[in-house]
Amino acid sequence: MPSLQSLRRKIAAFKNTQKITKAMKMVAAAKLKRSQDRILAARPYAHKMRGVLGNLSQRVNRASHPLLQKRQGKIVEVLVVTSDRGLCGGFNGNIVRKSAEFLRQCEARGVKVNISIIGRKGRDYFRRRTWPIRQEWTGIFDKLTFEHAIDIGGDLTDNFTKGTFDELYVVYNEFKSAIQQRVIVEPLFPVNAAAEFGSAQAEGTTGGSYLYEPDETDLLNALVPKHFQIQTFRILLESAAAEHGARMAAMDGATRNAGQLIKKVTLHYNKTRQAAITKELMDIVGGAEALK
Amino acid sequence: MAAKLLLEVVTPDKLLLSKEVDEVIAPGSEGEFGVLPGHAHFLSTLKIGELRYRIGGATEYMSVLWGFAEVTPKKVTILAEVAEKAEDIDVERAAAKVEEAEQRLKVGGLPSELKDAQISLEKARLRKKIAERARKK
Repeated sequence: MPSLQSLRRKIAAFKNTQKITKAMKMVAAAKLKRSQDRILAARPYAHKMRGVLGNLSQRVNRASHPLLQKRQGKIVEVLVVTSDRGLCGGFNGNIVRKSAEFLRQCEARGVKVNISIIGRKGRDYFRRRTWPIRQEWTGIFDKLTFEHAIDIGGDLTDNFTKGTFDELYVVYNEFKSAIQQRVIVEPLFPVNAAAEFGSAQAEGTTGGSYLYEPDETDLLNALVPKHFQIQTFRILLESAAAEHGARMAAMDGATRNAGQLIKKVTLHYNKTRQAAITKELMDIVGGAEALK
Repeated sequence: MAAKLLLEVVTPDKLLLSKEVDEVIAPGSEGEFGVLPGHAHFLSTLKIGELRYRIGGATEYMSVLWGFAEVTPKKVTILAEVAEKAEDIDVERAAAKVEEAEQRLKVGGLPSELKDAQISLEKARLRKKIAERARKK
C-alpha cells in the first residue's frame, strides 16, 4: 500500500498536468478561432479561381501552357502536410499513415516516388524511412503568410516544368469543423480539367465563345501560376486550422482524463487516511482496555 | 428593369461583395470596360484602378489593385489581389501615402526602386481619389 505522502505527491502532479493541458486547450481554442476565420475567408477566392481557370482551360489548347500539360506519370511526388508541433491527437499520425499507404500504392504501380514535406513532425517520421525526400519546409505554421504559399507554390511549379515529377499529390488535413478533420489526398498536377473543374460547368457558364483581353496566352501566363499559389495557400490554411482544432480536442480529452485520475487517487488517498486513523483509534482503545 | 447582374468581388482575404447590380465598370488592363446584363462571355486581367457599379440610380466606388474579371451574361466575378470599398478607405492615411510616394520619387534611386515608388504612388492616388468621392456623397 502506497504511503499517504506518495499519494499526496501523485495528486499534486496530476493537478499540475491538468493545469498545463487546460492552458494548452485555451491557447489552441484562441488560435483555432483565428485560423478558422482565415480559411473560411480564403475559400471563396480559391474556389472562384478554380472556376475561372477551369473555364479557360477547357477552351484553350492545353499544350499552350507548360503547367497545364499532361504527361505520362513516371515520377510521382507526394507533398505531405503535417504540423510543426505535437500533442494534437491523431493529426499527424493519420497524415503519415495515409501518406505511407499512398506511397506504397504508387510503388506497386511501378512508378518512382519522391516526397516533399511541410512541417517538422512529418519530416521526423520520413527521415527514418526509405523514400527520398526532395524538399522540406519547417516552422512555417507559426506565422503563416501568403509569402510562404508563393515560395512553396513557386518551387512546385518550377519542378513540374523542369520535369522533376510528372504528378503531384498533396496529403493534408481538411478543416471540416472545430472537432473534425478529414485526411485528403488531392492531385495538384497534372491539372485535370474535366474532373477538377466539373463544378464550373455545372454552373452553366460554358457555351458561347469567350472574349479575351489581353490574349489567351498572356491571360494563362498570369492566371496559372497564381492559381497554384492560391491552392497552396488554401491547403496551408486548411491544415493550420485543422491542427488547432485537433489540438483543442486532444487537450480537452487530456484535461478530462486528468480530472478522472485525480478523483480516483483522491478517493484512494482518503480511504487510506481513514484506515490509518481507525487503526490508531483501535490502538488507543486497546491500550486503555489493557490498563483496566 | 428586367435583368440584373450579380457582382461578386473576392480577394484572398474574403468575399468582399456579392450584390445584384445594374451596371459594372471595371479597369481592364487594356482599358476600362463597362458591363450591362447580357454581356458576352469575357475574361480580362485588371490593373490598378477604380471599379464602379450602379444599382438603380446610385453609383458605388471601389478600388481594385490587379486581378482578373470574368464576365458572363448574368454574373461578373472580380478576383482581385487587393480591393477596398470606398467607405472603408481612410482619407487622411491615403493622402499621407500619396505624399510619401511623391517624396520617394523625388529623392530618386535605382530604377527598380523608382518603379516601386511609381506603383505605390499610383495606388495611393487611386485610394485618395476614391475615398474623397465617397466622402462627398
